[in-house]
Amino acid sequence: MLIAQEFVRPIIDWHGVAPELTLLAIGAMVTLVDIIWNEKAQRIIPTLTGLGFLAALLPVLTLWSDRDELPRVMWDGAYVVDEYSLVLKGLFLVSAYVVVLLATNYMHDGDYYEGEFYQLVSASVVGMLVMTSARDLISIFVAIELISIPAYLMAAWRKRDLKSNEAGLKYMLMGVFASALMLYGMSLLYGFAGDTRLAAIAPALRSSESIPLITLAVVFVVVGFGFKVSAVPFHTWAPDTYEGAPTPLTAFLAVASKAAGFVALMSVVIVAFPEQSGVAEPLLWVLAAVTMTVGNLIAMRQTNIVRMLAYSGIAQAGYMIAPLAVFGDVPSSAARAIVIYLVIYAAMNLGAFAVVITAARKTRSGEISSYGGLFQYAPGLAVLMTLFLFSLAGIPPFGGWYAKYQVFLVLVEPATTAGYVLAAIGAVNAVLAAFYYLSIMKQMWFMPEPNGDHTRVQITPSLQAALAITAIVTLVTGVLPGVIPDVGDLVVALP
Amino acid sequence: MLLNQFLLLAAVLFAIGVYGVLTRKNGVLVLMSIELILNSVNINLVAFGTFNADVSGQVFALFIIAVAAAEVGVGLAIVLLIYRNRRSIDVSEADMLKG
Repeated sequence: MLIAQEFVRPIIDWHGVAPELTLLAIGAMVTLVDIIWNEKAQRIIPTLTGLGFLAALLPVLTLWSDRDELPRVMWDGAYVVDEYSLVLKGLFLVSAYVVVLLATNYMHDGDYYEGEFYQLVSASVVGMLVMTSARDLISIFVAIELISIPAYLMAAWRKRDLKSNEAGLKYMLMGVFASALMLYGMSLLYGFAGDTRLAAIAPALRSSESIPLITLAVVFVVVGFGFKVSAVPFHTWAPDTYEGAPTPLTAFLAVASKAAGFVALMSVVIVAFPEQSGVAEPLLWVLAAVTMTVGNLIAMRQTNIVRMLAYSGIAQAGYMIAPLAVFGDVPSSAARAIVIYLVIYAAMNLGAFAVVITAARKTRSGEISSYGGLFQYAPGLAVLMTLFLFSLAGIPPFGGWYAKYQVFLVLVEPATTAGYVLAAIGAVNAVLAAFYYLSIMKQMWFMPEPNGDHTRVQITPSLQAALAITAIVTLVTGVLPGVIPDVGDLVVALP
Repeated sequence: MLLNQFLLLAAVLFAIGVYGVLTRKNGVLVLMSIELILNSVNINLVAFGTFNADVSGQVFALFIIAVAAAEVGVGLAIVLLIYRNRRSIDVSEADMLKG
């Protein structure tokens, strides 16, 4: 039975948790400003939230400059600040800042509830910061729910719009169901290890004899995360939610929320499952192959650009799962390739959504056919969209090619048949994907404007900033890939 | 201590919950089925925790109870929103978005 233990207060490294605490304080402040000044504060709340994300970036930078102190291990190894988590914290904060830039005019012009939106975004980003450091089943679960629950509300933001209601309903039901499946797997893992820390689960799985039960636990956990990263066949919610939700939130879901799902998947698979790579690897291999193929095939026949980007995001998720299909032999390079992919994917996909939001200010439409004549009335926007689409298709010298190149390097590194076959499937898919990215370019550059309306598009300062940030990151990561910091090895040892 | 009875009970509850999620069309009943799954997880965790003489299983169960309350709060709010706009909480009628 339970043995009573003397309570020892855990030592908290305040510098290590400073990014999370800063963002928590900012979120509380935004809430207070909204409550106290109400309507009068609506104009400054987006600016305040954006500055808050940048303020939370400061402790991340000081932690990075103090790298000799890393890894900072807290709560008996349940919470680790290492290079891997710092790079990802930076990624989440910058993506969230870009999402706020995208939302600024969109939420205001749409006459939606503004203050609450930014409070919920801050709450969701706190969950993402926690996720990067979580090395324990309980903290991973709490982080994933902290990310998802505000996102369910934001997906249903347009209260009177039936499409937005439906987007929220589908996302909420699928998300909650996925969490429940994941938790059942986690409860079995806990049963094997008698410990919720990931690093303690790995040796317990090795010494256990009950392979069928371990398989069950691994399958449930991977399926649960499969919903979060919208891997086929658990992707059905994604295109519907993306189409119905407000577009800035769609960008947030497609980039930040998906990246957070990948962080959870990576931490659990690489730290907790290395002894069972014979179970996890084939499962992830099938997921990766099916996800990229089905995502690309369905993306080809989409007529709505947001749905097309949703399916293209599903296909890109397949590439990000691929390194995990061979992680047993090369865990460090698999993690590195996924982090590089996440950084570049965030920049190019947020950029594409920024163009979609900007163009929709004039066309009021999400149909691909409405992009006709974009080059004539908004040449700058057409050039930027071309840049992001080239990058998504993986054409040098834009970031996307380097991300795909890293994935292929990892796949061929262990020199196994499985790795080579998956690399071949990935290569075929890169060609399929180029087809539908190029069809949008054809619309923008060669087709006439459908209504003959050649008034210019108004690009607000915040959208200009978002376009500039994403375009620069997409270009620089392609030309000088060395700028993405090396994430090193995941810290797996218990203190 | 006999662990299997608890695990079997949890497995049965889990299976009933998954069946409910997949077949029920009423939004509130889908949420209740998800609650069944979460409770089966709690039974698992507490049984394993007692079996291993480790307290973290019960702590995990407490966290799940708290988070499940938040999830259902948000879930019911969204179902209520659907009811206000459609006068129906049949989730299979929500089919405007497809393709």
